[in-house]
Amino acid sequence: MPNSPLTPGIVPARLPAAAYAANFSDSEPALDAHEARVAADRCYFCHDAPCMTACPTGIDIPLFIRQISTGTPEAAALTIWSQNILGGICARVCPTETLCEEVCVREVAEGKPVEIGRLQRFATDVAMAKNRHPFSRSPATGNKVAVVGAGPAGLACAHRLAMKGHAVTVFDKRSKPGGLNEYGIASYKATGGFAAREVDWLLQIGGITVTCGVKLGRDVQLSDLIRDFDAVFLGLGLQGVNALRAEGEDRPGVANAVDFIAELRQAADLSKLPVGRDVVVIGGGMTAVDAAVQSKLLGAETVTIVYRRGQDQMAASRHEQDHAVQAGVRILHNAAPLRVTAEAVDFAYTEAGPQGLKLLDQGFALKADQVFKAIGQTLADVPAGVTVEAGKITATPAKVWAGGDCAAGGEDLTVTAVAQGRDAAEAIHVALTAL
Amino acid sequence: MADLTSSFVGIKSPNPFWLASAPPTDKEYNVTRAFQAGWGGVVWKTLGSDGPPIVNVGGPRYGAIWGADRRLLGLNNIELITDRPLQVNLDEIKRVKRAWRDRALVISLMVPCDEESWKDILRRIEDTEADGVELNFGCPHGMAERGMGSAVGQVPEYIEMVTAWVKKHSRMPCIVKLTPNIADIRKPAEAARRGGADAVSLINTINSITAVDLDAFSPEPMIDGKGTHGGYCGPAVKPIALNMVAEIARNADTRGLPISGIGGVTTWRDAAEFMALGAGNVQVCTAVMTYGFKIVHEMISGLSQYLDDKGMALSDLIGRAVPNVTDWQYLNLNYVTKAHIDQAACIKCGRCYAACEDTSHQAIAMSPDRVFTVKDEDCVACNLCVNVCPVEGCITMVPMAKGATDPRTGRKVADYANWTTHPNNPMARAAE
Repeated sequence: MPNSPLTPGIVPARLPAAAYAANFSDSEPALDAHEARVAADRCYFCHDAPCMTACPTGIDIPLFIRQISTGTPEAAALTIWSQNILGGICARVCPTETLCEEVCVREVAEGKPVEIGRLQRFATDVAMAKNRHPFSRSPATGNKVAVVGAGPAGLACAHRLAMKGHAVTVFDKRSKPGGLNEYGIASYKATGGFAAREVDWLLQIGGITVTCGVKLGRDVQLSDLIRDFDAVFLGLGLQGVNALRAEGEDRPGVANAVDFIAELRQAADLSKLPVGRDVVVIGGGMTAVDAAVQSKLLGAETVTIVYRRGQDQMAASRHEQDHAVQAGVRILHNAAPLRVTAEAVDFAYTEAGPQGLKLLDQGFALKADQVFKAIGQTLADVPAGVTVEAGKITATPAKVWAGGDCAAGGEDLTVTAVAQGRDAAEAIHVALTAL
Repeated sequence: MADLTSSFVGIKSPNPFWLASAPPTDKEYNVTRAFQAGWGGVVWKTLGSDGPPIVNVGGPRYGAIWGADRRLLGLNNIELITDRPLQVNLDEIKRVKRAWRDRALVISLMVPCDEESWKDILRRIEDTEADGVELNFGCPHGMAERGMGSAVGQVPEYIEMVTAWVKKHSRMPCIVKLTPNIADIRKPAEAARRGGADAVSLINTINSITAVDLDAFSPEPMIDGKGTHGGYCGPAVKPIALNMVAEIARNADTRGLPISGIGGVTTWRDAAEFMALGAGNVQVCTAVMTYGFKIVHEMISGLSQYLDDKGMALSDLIGRAVPNVTDWQYLNLNYVTKAHIDQAACIKCGRCYAACEDTSHQAIAMSPDRVFTVKDEDCVACNLCVNVCPVEGCITMVPMAKGATDPRTGRKVADYANWTTHPNNPMARAAE
């Protein structure tokens, strides 16, 4: 521990070595069998259940909880996976407080929902520990499908296609598959290399070849894929990062939050990862929270999230915000960055009006040696022939489908990406077998 | 996925889960929804003789008891047999059977106790193409006052007589539904077999009053200030039903008689337990009246997973536990277990201590820091601590090895020996 939280600048090893393991352990520990039984007992098995409607993948939540309470978590996992093959990671990263658990009748009635996310994790953990992939492939159809992007959308699409007997090749520009699951979410949400384990488990279906280090537009062109495959699925994600449009944005010490999170996720030794003493995160979404909390856990003395609009507009859920505050992160609202200097970020207060956000004369400066930009990701490197409207893919050439964050429809969530990837696979299957 | 295909007295169904004759099977609409949900078969709500339809009360028909969190544990009802015209039911049954060829459709019947009435109703239903009939000798309320239902089921001679009429006037498989409101369930089952029944189904509902309104001083459900006993069903009656099924399954005079198990079946596990005790299939009512038809998905997935895990076929399960149902006198008196508390699982509520210290054998010690341990020298292995512990699997009964000394009695754990040869038994036979 050569440094401390008080050491100026962006430096590693601010904490005692042992602190890292504790700080980055499971933020929401798994339920044990008894806890799961008690939690499952609270489900009313509602008819046409609101939770099920709220789930973008439409998991039959009352059924899987009943399967847990009748002692068959493996059957529960099958219920989950038949709708959402990435049910394991979704159980960890889904903002359940704004999806299934928000509409749980017990949340509405008592302010305490059935713990659907944790129960889903229990079931999928128990079943994954059996290390037996529960699905098998239909006879080979002879069709070949290319999937671009090994993130949630691409993997869900690839699995469903493989299940239906098609041969799938998945391309990803990074060195590992998993997309945001592997690179883009806070480490304490998917401990123990879960994202990679889940991909390995998913690939046990067979019929899927994953080719990493291949970037669309650089190493392979969409036209090549259209020529060489019977269908193409684009699960590109959002690779661009919005600019602050503030003076000094290019100074050293200013970085994209997504890059910081990715670096942290891949770091073999967190004590070697440098972090500022005073960290400022600009943005109001999940990425901002993940970057801020992890900065704090790495030993930053002060971490502040600054969001330009009011709290009610923050994309990060209230649960996420509370988590940040409990970790010691300060959240400021209604302020926008004007300039980044060597020691600080200058902000102006904002006011929402009919003409949009107005910068007020009054403002403040926040001491900062590290600044993370987390004001949203954008679609980048869109191949020719693909139509983009309002920053999302809305139309694709013949033989090409798209889904996940890069495509229109639904929120930018892992679970939404899974649903879109799965549905695209069903559409591809229909198209390929209709002849 | 295990093959759950079932054949019960020759009636085929894709799974052994049928709906019992009751409100959920009163109409084409309900039965169609049940089949859509995946139920393997139904026993259509009891038909009576042609004529003016049955009249039901216009007030509440059901009463209930609840467990924690208002979980419905027991339901009672005072509803009578179908109150819709006979022809309407017959037309609907025929339509449903034609639309759902792969599902079992059995018609429940209850008509006055004379041969002509039975002959007539059997002729009326012949045209429906239903798979079989179930004779309702079970309902304990209302119809029993008119000499039908359990009034027949409580007299074995009547059961035999009516069953024989049915077998004489119909070629359909005949299932006799038994009332539990009787001292010895074997007698009506034997009578059914003598009458030629192809199977028995049990249990029908149990005479009950679920609650008393302490302001109106009337039993619940209350009809204009008065109540009457109704038929009790649901999870609470399962232990009674399991015993009666087992009694018939192991009784020399009824062994091999097919049994359709009924009584509180709510989950796949309940169904498996009935089948292990000899039921060829199960019938469900209260669980679907509580949770809807969709629970059959859990029953199918659960039973299938269980059979796969055990490497068993469905037919291997049926009756598998029957040889292990015995009389008290044959239980091994040299089998000794001791309670063991898993300290890692214990949440230190002290319920085991209260139960043992106040009401049993003072065999659990409690330390000042609330650590609960079993005193083997006092533990008689009664299992009460296991039963009151809120954490499943925290307290277990650990068998002592043969030859080990039981610290309570000072005796070594010996080979099997039961009461029939025990020295304290004045009727003991000398060991030969």
